[in-house]
Amino acid sequence: MNSIYAFVVGPLAWIAWGVFIFGSLYKVVSMYQLAKAKDGSSLHYMSFKYGMRSILHWLNPVGTLGWQSNPYTALVTFVFHLCLVIVPLFLMGHVVLWDQFFGITWPTLPDTIADIMSIVFVACCVYFGLRRFLQRDVRFLTTGKDWIALAIPALTFLFGVLAYHQIGNDKVMLVLHILCGEIMLISIPFSRLSHMLFGFFTRAYMGSEFGGVRHSKDW
Amino acid sequence: MPNASTWDWNPGRREVQDVSSWSSKFEWVEEFQASSDGEKVGAVVKTGDMEFTACVNGKVWDERYERVFYLKFSPDSRLTGIIQQDGEWCLSVDGQHWPETYGYIWDTTFGSNGSIVCAVQQDGEYGMGVDGVLWENLFANANNFATSGDGKKTAAVVQIAPLAQADIETFQKGIYTVAVNGEAWDNVFMNCYTPVFDAKSEKVACQIRRTLYDYTIAVDGKIWQREFQCVWDPCFNPVSGAVAAPVRLGGKWGMAQDGEVIWPAEFAQCWHQQYSADGSKLWAIVAPKLGTFTVAKDGNPWNISAPVVIDLSVSPDGNRASALGKTGYVYTIMCDGKVWDDSYAMAWKAVFSPDSTKVAAKVEKNGRFTVVLDGKPYGQDFDQCWEPIFSPCSTKVLIRAIDGGKFVRIVADVSDF
Amino acid sequence: MTFDRKIEDAGLTRGVSRLTPQRIEDTLRQVLEGETGAKLKLYAETCMRCGMCSEACHYYMSHDGDPSYSPAGKVHQTMGEILRKDCKVTPEFVYQMAQIAYTECNLCRRCVHYCPLGIDTGYIMSTVRRMCHKLGVTPQYIQDTAHSHAATMNQMWLKDDEWMDTLQWQEDEARDEMPNLRIPLDKEGAEIYYSVIAPEPKFRTQLIYQAAFIMNEAGVDFTMPTSPGWDNSDMCMFSGDFEMMGRLKKIHFESALDLKVKKIVMGECGHAFRSIYDQGNRWDGWDMYPIEVVHSVEFFWELFEAGKIKLREKFHEPITIHDPCNIIRGRGLMEQSRKLAHALCDNVVEMHPNLEHNYCCAAGGGVINCGPPFKNVRMKGNRIKAEQLKATGVKTILAPCHNCHGGLEDLVHYYELGMDIKFFGDLIYDLMEKPEVE
Repeated sequence: MNSIYAFVVGPLAWIAWGVFIFGSLYKVVSMYQLAKAKDGSSLHYMSFKYGMRSILHWLNPVGTLGWQSNPYTALVTFVFHLCLVIVPLFLMGHVVLWDQFFGITWPTLPDTIADIMSIVFVACCVYFGLRRFLQRDVRFLTTGKDWIALAIPALTFLFGVLAYHQIGNDKVMLVLHILCGEIMLISIPFSRLSHMLFGFFTRAYMGSEFGGVRHSKDW
Repeated sequence: MPNASTWDWNPGRREVQDVSSWSSKFEWVEEFQASSDGEKVGAVVKTGDMEFTACVNGKVWDERYERVFYLKFSPDSRLTGIIQQDGEWCLSVDGQHWPETYGYIWDTTFGSNGSIVCAVQQDGEYGMGVDGVLWENLFANANNFATSGDGKKTAAVVQIAPLAQADIETFQKGIYTVAVNGEAWDNVFMNCYTPVFDAKSEKVACQIRRTLYDYTIAVDGKIWQREFQCVWDPCFNPVSGAVAAPVRLGGKWGMAQDGEVIWPAEFAQCWHQQYSADGSKLWAIVAPKLGTFTVAKDGNPWNISAPVVIDLSVSPDGNRASALGKTGYVYTIMCDGKVWDDSYAMAWKAVFSPDSTKVAAKVEKNGRFTVVLDGKPYGQDFDQCWEPIFSPCSTKVLIRAIDGGKFVRIVADVSDF
Repeated sequence: MTFDRKIEDAGLTRGVSRLTPQRIEDTLRQVLEGETGAKLKLYAETCMRCGMCSEACHYYMSHDGDPSYSPAGKVHQTMGEILRKDCKVTPEFVYQMAQIAYTECNLCRRCVHYCPLGIDTGYIMSTVRRMCHKLGVTPQYIQDTAHSHAATMNQMWLKDDEWMDTLQWQEDEARDEMPNLRIPLDKEGAEIYYSVIAPEPKFRTQLIYQAAFIMNEAGVDFTMPTSPGWDNSDMCMFSGDFEMMGRLKKIHFESALDLKVKKIVMGECGHAFRSIYDQGNRWDGWDMYPIEVVHSVEFFWELFEAGKIKLREKFHEPITIHDPCNIIRGRGLMEQSRKLAHALCDNVVEMHPNLEHNYCCAAGGGVINCGPPFKNVRMKGNRIKAEQLKATGVKTILAPCHNCHGGLEDLVHYYELGMDIKFFGDLIYDLMEKPEVE
């Protein structure tokens, strides 16, 4: 088990981060090239002002018709993403790793808060899962890719929580947690999770068209 | 081109007609038209209840009509107008109307031989007429009318078979072709557009839409071997008789000649191409990218650009060109790859002198009109003016204008600018 | 996935009968690879299938939450399937995707207000239509309209002379009421080029009459062209024939540029507006219209503000106002339309939701142009609009768009709402001060 652990925090971590960073760079650059070649007329209208205007409105959980019409989903979506970003970045256990490997460090979340946020995150995933399963229009749209996109972060956090609470074999849970986290990193550029890379661009493009050309709001 | 050598080119200003007095003589006076030589000014005038006629230099035509419209001077200064009488339509030339009446006539054009050509509808059938004589064959519909340079031949896109309501099948089999002097080509197509005659008035080229998706060019009914995503108006090389047309390939525009691509398809747009008189150069309006237009000679764009470029004119020697740039509401004049300093509320297509050394254009600024020559305005502006005409010796410019209610012709020396 | 609502249409049936699996695959691939790029890829990849857009769509709302009518659901059944099957789809599928894309989506873009990621379902459905056009599978009536555009440069098969004749006829008619009225033809250098859509000279000549009356009364320096190019409408934009869309916009704009006018004013039409500021202009290489195009709603308001139109009286009955997608969500004219409505009417009752969030008429995006076979699709698919109209409790609707007019008229009859529908031009003409006629 120790050698597996060493592998997942050692070479596999390097690979995962490498694929995430270079894969993301590749995806962003190649999309930009493709956009230049094929969507020149769309790029032409990109506007920082209207792009930001749109992004900021959509960062307000009650600021758009979409969020207002789906208040629970809006709430869960915001909580989900906040947890998704904050916990991995500021968890003591993660910062320690950065310190250990690179000698860099930053403030951390108290473990209890991180724990609660992780549990909340898993609960959010359950909500999304149930929604996918029970809500007719969402079920209609759901494909395997969507379950994968949900399962990866859900399992990552779930195993993290289990490991922290030492439910099951804590070493195994930890390894599974790290493994899922690495799968998540690797899959970001190549799955639905790529909305992390592109979501702000598609949002900004829509904002630019609606602000600059259509003189209208897109929220 | 009118024969300008016979005109009065004595320098100076001459008042031709006090048009301000017309408004007191008639119930209303419509838009003024000026003859090319500047010797005549005419307008449709209302003389009584539902009574209209034309007035030229203060004299009205003898007859009164229910309507007169499309008032136009021929190059040799005859005034033509389409008239309506008892619900039938006819053309009047200097007040004399053609013997026949028609279901409708429109789109008057003039041949260099003095002929007058109109599009005609008679008893629900369509065609063209030269000096009042209709094509022998008329068609279910006709449009895209063209006249040869010598005025002897006419052509139009015609519909050769009936089409029932919402019959998409028949349409897609092809019911359109081009008729020259009323004789339809043997081949039919899904659509044809913009027939054009060559310099000798012998051949006709046009755009062809062969299927919903394939476009090409036909010359005398024979299509090019190659098809494109789209094409625009073809034109003939005045010397070699080759046909050039903008073509779209892979979502971009280039130029083809006789079916071969001569400018690679790399423009966001390419249109309004024009050969030099000697046929050695090909000019066009192009857009190197979306929203950026300019002029290209033989495929090489100028370094200047504007969001909109229109009205390309090429000098007689073919070495120079001018076009109008439009940015928002502002028009500028582009010439030889440079933009003239001033900008205008409106500008008209520039005119080159016969020796190609000078270029002049009508412009509007603050609601007043004048002529600029090589970027310099004439010393005076007018209530209204027409496009300038150079003397055959290229040293003088004829300015036709309405100034303080008077229609004047001014022969200005090019040094007056 | 079953599709149980197939509607017989001669155009779709004929188109599908000529398809082979190879032609389908080649054509779809050619559109995907040749004409789409990062935009479609990103939309396909980043759509999280969250279903938040469902409620945006009037079809979904009117079909009691049938998921196959949600915006993402319609993408899922069309473009989604094409991408999943790597373009290997059956002719029967093509029929189904054409029916969905042409008749169950109005390209109104209401779903834009619901998608956190900014996915443009309208663009995707437009691309599906483009594929259908390329496959030759288009509903008969909209295809016929596209043919009319191609043959005559207007959408109603009007021949060159019929256009001029109609203008002159309307000029004569209007002179009974205003003897000095003119519709100046081809007046070079006029301030304004007035452009209309072909149904006006064909069926709704009173709109030309009214516009001429208002222009003359307000002392506007305007002209109308004699040659093709006068029709600003563009069903080819909706049928997927983008080449013809470009041709139509070229002739339209060039006819105005050639007449040296300062701007184009267009009648109360929505889709034509979209074509000139958003789609047609781009195909021609212009990033915006090459000559300013002012919609009647803006233009009428300018006349009001300048005091050029004076009212005899205001409209006293309560009236509600519909926000057409292509001039409101598409071009932000809500302020002008409200100012104008309040200037004309005593009692404007807002419908809800309104402004950008208003529900579509279900006629736009070329759907009404797909003709009688699909009328019930529009009727059953827009119960929500009927309910929204009914809830206002008023008897008159203002709708500054031809397609909205047609769609709302049909809805009013179908749901027996007993409401009247008016253009701004109708109201202005009815309410303005007119010169005394002896």
